[in-house]
Amino acid sequence: MTLDPRAFRQAGQAALHDENLRRALGRLKTHFALGRAQAVERYGDWDGLREQGRAIRDHALSNLDALLERFERAVIAQGGQVHWARDAAEARGIVLGILRQQGARAVIKGKSMVSEEIGLNPWLEGNGIEPVETDLGEYIVQLRQEPPSHIIAPAFHLNKEDVAKTFRAAHTELASDRSLWERSELVAEARRVLRARFESADAGITGANFLTAEEGAAVLVTNEGNGDLTRLLPKTHIVLTGLEKVVANLEAATVLLRLLTRSATGQDISSYVTLMRGPRSAGETDGPENFHVVLVDNGRTPLLGSEAQDVLRCIRCAACLNHCPIYAAVGGHAYGTTYTGPLGAALNPGMLGFALAHHHPNASTFCGRCAEVCPVKIPLPKIMRHWRAREYAEGLAPKSTIAGLGVWAFLAKRPALYRLAAGIAARLLKFIARRGRVHALPLMRNWFLVRDFPAPQGRTFQSLRANRK
Amino acid sequence: MEACPRVGLFVTCLVDLVRPQVGFAAVTLLEQAGCEVEVPAQTCCGQPAWNSGADHHAADLARAAIATFEPFDYVVTPSGSCAAMIKLHYPEVLVNDAQWLPRAQALAAKTHELIAFLVNVRGMKSVAARCAATACYHDSCSSLREMRMREDPRALLGRVEGLQLSELKEPEVCCGFGGLFSVKYPEISERMADDKIADAQATGAELMLGGDLGCLLHLKGRMQRKGVKLRVLHVAEVLAGMSSEPALGE
Repeated sequence: MTLDPRAFRQAGQAALHDENLRRALGRLKTHFALGRAQAVERYGDWDGLREQGRAIRDHALSNLDALLERFERAVIAQGGQVHWARDAAEARGIVLGILRQQGARAVIKGKSMVSEEIGLNPWLEGNGIEPVETDLGEYIVQLRQEPPSHIIAPAFHLNKEDVAKTFRAAHTELASDRSLWERSELVAEARRVLRARFESADAGITGANFLTAEEGAAVLVTNEGNGDLTRLLPKTHIVLTGLEKVVANLEAATVLLRLLTRSATGQDISSYVTLMRGPRSAGETDGPENFHVVLVDNGRTPLLGSEAQDVLRCIRCAACLNHCPIYAAVGGHAYGTTYTGPLGAALNPGMLGFALAHHHPNASTFCGRCAEVCPVKIPLPKIMRHWRAREYAEGLAPKSTIAGLGVWAFLAKRPALYRLAAGIAARLLKFIARRGRVHALPLMRNWFLVRDFPAPQGRTFQSLRANRK
Repeated sequence: MEACPRVGLFVTCLVDLVRPQVGFAAVTLLEQAGCEVEVPAQTCCGQPAWNSGADHHAADLARAAIATFEPFDYVVTPSGSCAAMIKLHYPEVLVNDAQWLPRAQALAAKTHELIAFLVNVRGMKSVAARCAATACYHDSCSSLREMRMREDPRALLGRVEGLQLSELKEPEVCCGFGGLFSVKYPEISERMADDKIADAQATGAELMLGGDLGCLLHLKGRMQRKGVKLRVLHVAEVLAGMSSEPALGE
């Protein structure tokens, strides 16, 4: 499955006609939005907590250099190593270097969006290393050779029948009479296969939800426990994450944790919260022998100080996706990028440029639900509008948009001429209307593609009012 | 409360062009609320330019609207999104214009959406209107989330004789208009309209009301294309007792 963000409109059209996808996306509300609403209700002073979270993330972004250096010192003091990657290629190279140094061939992975962002799996496969995803959703999409369609629920676009079919195709040893009807049976089947993978892996790669500078800890939130196994069983553990994830200390991270799990899944706390602080030390019975943290920039620091900086506050809870009507209509794959929904719309133009990410900030009605549910108060529509303005100012907006707005603005800036034009338009539209509607008009093709235009009353308000006075 | 404030009616470009009756309904309601209403020559608030990132066009139109409307005690508009444009976004549009920013802020402070103005500034508690129908109310995203109004239209509609309100199941979900979004991504817009129309039909209402003509033109236009028979009116028309006039697209 190849994805192309430039084909958003076409991919979206195909997605709109995919009944299976529509059934899956119909669960956004029941699966995520309702749970979040209840968790927020239970919490009490939710807005106060959001404000705290916003302040913690803003403080971190304002002190990113100092916090990252402090984090690095703390990790080294605990016997770990920190690697800095400017871009995706550097990050891939660093990970491969660590794995080669350890002679690792079989790699297990916890869910990491940064891994998707840098295209790690195909790169490792191309270099003779076999990565196996251990998050259930991520494992499913890996078997299907698809990217995740949702940042916290990678296989959200699938129904359980699709998953059963995928397992039957991939797990060829599976008896044909073995039932895969219940969700629990699907989980058991994945567990059966993955258990052997955990036991034989040479290295484990996980992401991190937060990094804490003071303690040199990487904090990981999971519900399946696969993150702990990935980190503990193999000889080598690599934490791969974006460098903006750092905060001052564990105290700050716990505030964000409260916001994260409630916003993501409606849980007061996730099943597992793991603190990862360096390799196994003398006297400890388990844990990795080698501990590496790879900090990825890949277009993040250029956003600092820009009008899009606030998007770096993001804690990847996916509440904005779960409440976005555009995401709910077309799903994640239509975006053609790792980060989708309002998060992608605010982040992708900065990371990928307008040539690739033109559609993402434009495909929004600015309905504002994303900003309303964002746990760290990112003004998502405002950042999307900023990207539209940048695109327009750089002359990269579609020619039809620039020309259309130009004609309209020329008239709107000349009230007398505008009134004349509006008067003619109102009469003309009424004249050509049949049964209360205009069915088609030249130059307005896209309006009439899906709807009629209700017939105007025939005179403008301003002219009628002038006559009555 | 001032005895007889001078209100400048920002009628909106869509009402001006398509549905002048909404403008007259607004005038009627404002006069009932003891206001002196004037309609200075006007065009558009500039929202299409601002939302498209055409900031220089938006700034030109903002300055023109400010100059036109700043003499009035209040600026009132029968649209949540135009009200939000003036009240919330003009100060952003002109943030780097030292001369115009204070004027934008002053105008923002006295700009109101029509229904919110009637209820909260003029203390209107009842209306002399009749409309024997079951209606659902479509909240525009701008009214709901930018202007933070939900109860005001429902409070006044509750006083209309014969009118039953039947709420949508998902009133907080966007209808898919989004200004130029409706022509840039028509297929997604269509899906969102269909979901909203299905929600409206499920309420059993024969009438859909709303406070933003943009949403209503988009929804009614989609209903016409699909052959859905649901009358659509602006909330001001019902409150001003004009609900027996032909509805949108009739």
